[in-house]
Amino acid sequence: MYGKRLRALSLTTIATLTATLALVFFWAPNDADQGFLQKIIYIHVPLAIVTLCGFIVGACCAIAHLRTRDPRWDMRSYVAIHISLVFGVGVLITGSIWAKGSWGHWWVWSEPTLVSFLLVMLLYATYQPLRFAIEDPERQARAASVFAITAGAFVPINFAIVRLSTQYVHPRLGSGSLPGRMEVVFLLAIASIALLWTTLWRYEMTSKHAAAQLRTLARLLGGDEDDVPPRRSAAPSVTHLEGVG
Amino acid sequence: MPALPLHTAGPYVAAAYIVFVALIGIYVAIMAAKLSRIERDLGELTELARRTRGGGAERTGDGAAGAARGAEPTRAGASGSAPSLEAEVVRHAVAGGEGP
Repeated sequence: MYGKRLRALSLTTIATLTATLALVFFWAPNDADQGFLQKIIYIHVPLAIVTLCGFIVGACCAIAHLRTRDPRWDMRSYVAIHISLVFGVGVLITGSIWAKGSWGHWWVWSEPTLVSFLLVMLLYATYQPLRFAIEDPERQARAASVFAITAGAFVPINFAIVRLSTQYVHPRLGSGSLPGRMEVVFLLAIASIALLWTTLWRYEMTSKHAAAQLRTLARLLGGDEDDVPPRRSAAPSVTHLEGVG
Repeated sequence: MPALPLHTAGPYVAAAYIVFVALIGIYVAIMAAKLSRIERDLGELTELARRTRGGGAERTGDGAAGAARGAEPTRAGASGSAPSLEAEVVRHAVAGGEGP
């Protein structure tokens, strides 16, 4: 059951996010180089890290799906990628706002970090159309899992290539690159965004699970789903998730 | 690179955080819409279950209670068009599906 302890998780997420925002604006010092504009980093970078980790989580769930053929793993992979895409849109927009303030341009095509992240996002943007293009739920789930694994493997490779790049203007954050208080707030920001991702993932899984149970109930009450053609959808079919926990 | 003064950087920072909050807000609104659809479908199914139970007792003459209920026909039992209505409710719930 995905709804178990969801309330506690939600409250923890809200408390952590609120504390993080308070620390960002009232405790962390302004950057000597960028000034107040650097505050964007506390939201932009954690979003980017959690997005990429979410894609990897999606790939891991897809591996589990191919190994076990359990449709629950396909659903978990789908939801992980779905939420990571939403977060990824946030990364691109907040990054562009920061770039405009810092560099005077919304986008710099010669910057490998920006372009490679955009490529990853465009790659994952084809995930839902791919699912939608395949009508048979079994085939759809298999193809989506293969895609999620392939694209997920591309994420760390892409990350390594960008780190090896020497021609860049995008700031690099590494261990010890931030002063004490900034680093504490930055790590807390990563934790709170990761908690937010987990909470939203749990919410969506709970919703999908409830829909599956509802459909099972409808069938038990006498509905004959063979009469009704299933609606075509990019989301995994909930009919074969009945009774799952 | 010189630091931007607060009055210049402020709108950029505000815009970035507003985008973040707006994205989460939109996501939560979509989840709320899905939840209300589930609640609506569940309400229809509950109503259907209630009617089916009443109709079943009437048809089988299940004991005294069934006989008592049979003397006073339920909505499902009384109306000739009730089964098709039930089928329609179930059909709606089954076909409701999940959005992308």
